[in-house]
Amino acid sequence: MGEKVLMKGNEAVAEAAIRAGCRLYFAYPITPQSELIEYMAKMMPKVNGTFVQAESEVSAINMVYGASGCGRRVMTSSSSPGISLKQEGISYIAGANLPAVIVNVQRGGPGLGDIQPAQGDYFQATKGGGHGDYRNIVLAPSTVQEFADMAGLAFDLADKYRNPVMILSDGLLGQMMEPVEFKPQKTKEELEELDRQHYEWCMYPNEDEPNHHHHEINSLEIDPLVLEKHVEKLSEKYDEIEAKEKRFEKYNIEADNEVLVVAFGTSARIAKSAIDELKEEGKSVGLIRPITVWPYPYEAISEAMTDKVKKVVVMELNLGQMIEDVKLAVNGKLPVEFLGKVGGILFTPEEAKAKILENL
Amino acid sequence: MKTELICSGFGGQGSLTVGKFLAKAGMQEDKNVSWLPSYGPEMRGGTANVSAVISEKPIASPLVTHPDILIALNQPSVDKFGPNIKPGGLMIANEDMCPNKLNRDDIDEIYAPMSTIAKEIGNLKVLNMVAIGIVLEKTKLVNYDTIEKDLIQFLEKKNPKLLKLNLQAIKKGMEIAGY
Amino acid sequence: MKVIAERPKSLTDLQFTYCPGCMHGVAHRLIAEAMDELDMRNNMMGVAPVGCSVFAYKFFDCDMAEAAHGRAPALATGMKRARPDMHVFTYQGDGDLAAIGTAEIIHAANRGEHITVFFVNNAIYGMTGGQMAPTTVPGMKTTTSPYGRDENDIGYPIQACELLATLRAPYFIERVSLLSPQEILKAKKTVYKAMKFNKEERGFTFIEFVSTCPTNWGVTPAEASNWARENMLPYFPIGNFRDKSKEEGEAK
Repeated sequence: MGEKVLMKGNEAVAEAAIRAGCRLYFAYPITPQSELIEYMAKMMPKVNGTFVQAESEVSAINMVYGASGCGRRVMTSSSSPGISLKQEGISYIAGANLPAVIVNVQRGGPGLGDIQPAQGDYFQATKGGGHGDYRNIVLAPSTVQEFADMAGLAFDLADKYRNPVMILSDGLLGQMMEPVEFKPQKTKEELEELDRQHYEWCMYPNEDEPNHHHHEINSLEIDPLVLEKHVEKLSEKYDEIEAKEKRFEKYNIEADNEVLVVAFGTSARIAKSAIDELKEEGKSVGLIRPITVWPYPYEAISEAMTDKVKKVVVMELNLGQMIEDVKLAVNGKLPVEFLGKVGGILFTPEEAKAKILENL
Repeated sequence: MKTELICSGFGGQGSLTVGKFLAKAGMQEDKNVSWLPSYGPEMRGGTANVSAVISEKPIASPLVTHPDILIALNQPSVDKFGPNIKPGGLMIANEDMCPNKLNRDDIDEIYAPMSTIAKEIGNLKVLNMVAIGIVLEKTKLVNYDTIEKDLIQFLEKKNPKLLKLNLQAIKKGMEIAGY
Repeated sequence: MKVIAERPKSLTDLQFTYCPGCMHGVAHRLIAEAMDELDMRNNMMGVAPVGCSVFAYKFFDCDMAEAAHGRAPALATGMKRARPDMHVFTYQGDGDLAAIGTAEIIHAANRGEHITVFFVNNAIYGMTGGQMAPTTVPGMKTTTSPYGRDENDIGYPIQACELLATLRAPYFIERVSLLSPQEILKAKKTVYKAMKFNKEERGFTFIEFVSTCPTNWGVTPAEASNWARENMLPYFPIGNFRDKSKEEGEAK
C-alpha cells in the first residue's frame, strides 16, 4: 500500500483499474461519471494503454466485447441511461463467457432523469438488464476506498468466472473525495501472465498445424439442444458464484438488536449515521450491507434476525427494489418496512433515524 | 470529534477548493475526511457548494445538512445554509457579498470583507484563502503548517507568485479572526 | 497425382450453409485465398455479422468473433486495439452495415481503424426472409415493401462507398461485383489488394461486393445476375472511390 491520496471515486476506480492491469478502456461521456473517462483519457497513454472515446455506449460495450475476446483486461463505464444502452453488449459478453468490467455511476431516472445520485438501476443490474438468462456479478461500494478496491476484485472475479462484473456505484460515490490507498501496479510479468491465462479460449496469434487453433468468440447456438446445454452450463457457473462469492458487511449486529436495517452503497452510509446516533441513545439497531448485490447474501439477513429483532427496515435511493430480495430473505417471518427517496435526492441521517424510531 | 462543514459560493469563487484544502489537511493529520460537491449545471456560474467532514471516527454519511461551520462566500449561501447551522456553530461570511446578515444569537458569525482583502493582496482569486485563514485561527480544525506544506507542494513550481499571495491571504484571515 | 484445385487453408472443412446460387461462398473464398496468398491466416481475426453470413465464424479457419447485429466494426476496433500485432477483418451484409450498424461503420472508418471491411450488398435481408434493406433499389418489391420501394416514403438506397468516401481517414474504398466469372476475377485482385494493405498496416480498407439473392428475389441465379446488372449497378456503380497508395505515388 502506498500513501493516502484524496481522490474522487470516479478517478480512484480508474486508477485502481489501471493498476489491476486494465490497458483497454472504451466509453462515451456522461454525467456524473465524466471524471472517470477523463482520467482514462489522460492516464492510458502513459501506460501504453488504449483509450477510445466511442461514438456511443452501444459501440463502447461492443469494443469491450472485441477486446475481451482477445483475453485482455478491459473496462467501460457510464451512468444509468448509458448503461441501458450497453445492455445488448453485456448480454452478448455473458453469453459468450467473456470477462469484462462495467462501472455504473448511477443517476436519477427513468429516462433522462437527472444527474444526482440514485440507486434506481438495482433491478437492471441484478435481475438481468439485457435479454436472455444470464447473471452479472454486481459489486456495490459504499466508500471511495471500497470503490477503488473493487476494480481489482472485479477484474479477478471476471477472469475467474469469465463473466461480466458490474460495479454499481452512484453519483455520490463518483463525485465525492475521500482518502484512498492504492494497491501496487501490476508488473510487466504479471500482465503477461494475465494474458497467457486466457490462451485456452481467446483470440491470439496462431500457428500452423498441429498447433493451429480456431477460437470462436460467440454467443450463437442455433441448435436448441446445444443452446440448452450452453445455458445449463452458464447456470452451473452462476450456482458456483452464488456458493462462493457472497460478500456483505455486518455493522453493529448484536444479540440485542431490535431493528435490522438492510441497505447497500450510499444508502448504507447514511443508515450508519442514524445507527450510530441511536446507539448513543441506548438503542440497538444492526445493519446488513450487501457488498455483492448479485449474488445476494440472503443468509446474512436471515441469520441476523435474532429473537429480539422486531422489524426489518430497508433503505434505498429508489422506489423499493432491493426490498424484494430482503423479503425473500425474511421469508414472511417479520414485517419489512421501507425508506426510499427518488429524484436523485438523498434521505438524510435524520430521516433514517426517524424511520427506525417509528419501528422500534 | 467530528466537524461538518459546508463551503458555498458562486462558481469560480473557490468554495470547493476551501473544502478540498481543509479535507486534505485533515487527511494528512490522519483524520477521516470526505468531500462531497454539488455538481451539474449549477456549477456553470451558479452557486457551488461542498460538504466536507473531518472526523476522528470513520465517516458514515458524507452529506452535511446541519453544518458545524458554514463558509459562505455570497448572499445566497448565507440564506440557504445559514438557518441550518447547528446551535453553537460558526458562520464565516464574505461581507462584501453578503449585505444581509443572519443575526442568529445561537451561533458565532464572522463577517470579513474577503473580496476587498483579496484585491488588496493583489488577486481576487485568493479570497477563499482568507476564509481558510479565519477557519484555522478560529477553530484549530487543522494546523496551519499542514495547509502551508500542502500549498507549497502544490504551487511552488507551478506558480510561486500565487503561492505567496495564497499564504499572505491565509495569514490575513488568521489576523482577522484573532481580533 | 497433381492437385489442380483445393480448399484454401483459411477455410475450415465445413460445408457452407448458403443457398444454391448465393455468392457468399464466392466472397468467402476470395477472402480466404487472399489470406493464404499473403500468409495472414495465423495472425488474422475475423468478425462475422448477423445476417445470412452469420455462420462465417465457423467457415474461416482463423480466430473469429460473432458480433451483435451491426456492431462488427466496434468489435473489430476492440480486437485490433487489444492485439495490434494481429490483423482484423469484418464481413457484413447490407442490413448489418448500412442500417443498424451505420454509426459503427462510419466511426470505425473515420477513426481510420486498421481493419478491412467486406460489405456484401444484395439489396435484401436474406436470413429473415426477404425484407427491405437499406440498399433495396426504388421500385423493388420485398416482403416489407410489397408495392415496391417508394423512395419518396422511405428514401433512396444508401451508397456505402460514396458515403464513406466523404471521410478523410479511409485508405482504400472500392466497389466490385460478383455477377460474372470475369468480374469475380477482378474482385479477387481487389480483395488481395485490400488485404495486402491490411497486412502492411496502411489503414482502413473497405470493399463492397455487389451480389445477388436468387432465393429471396425469386429468380434463378443467372436471372439474378442479369437483374442485378440492370437494376443495382445504376445505384451501385463499380469502381474505386479511394486509393491512398496512388496518392502516395506508388506504382500500380
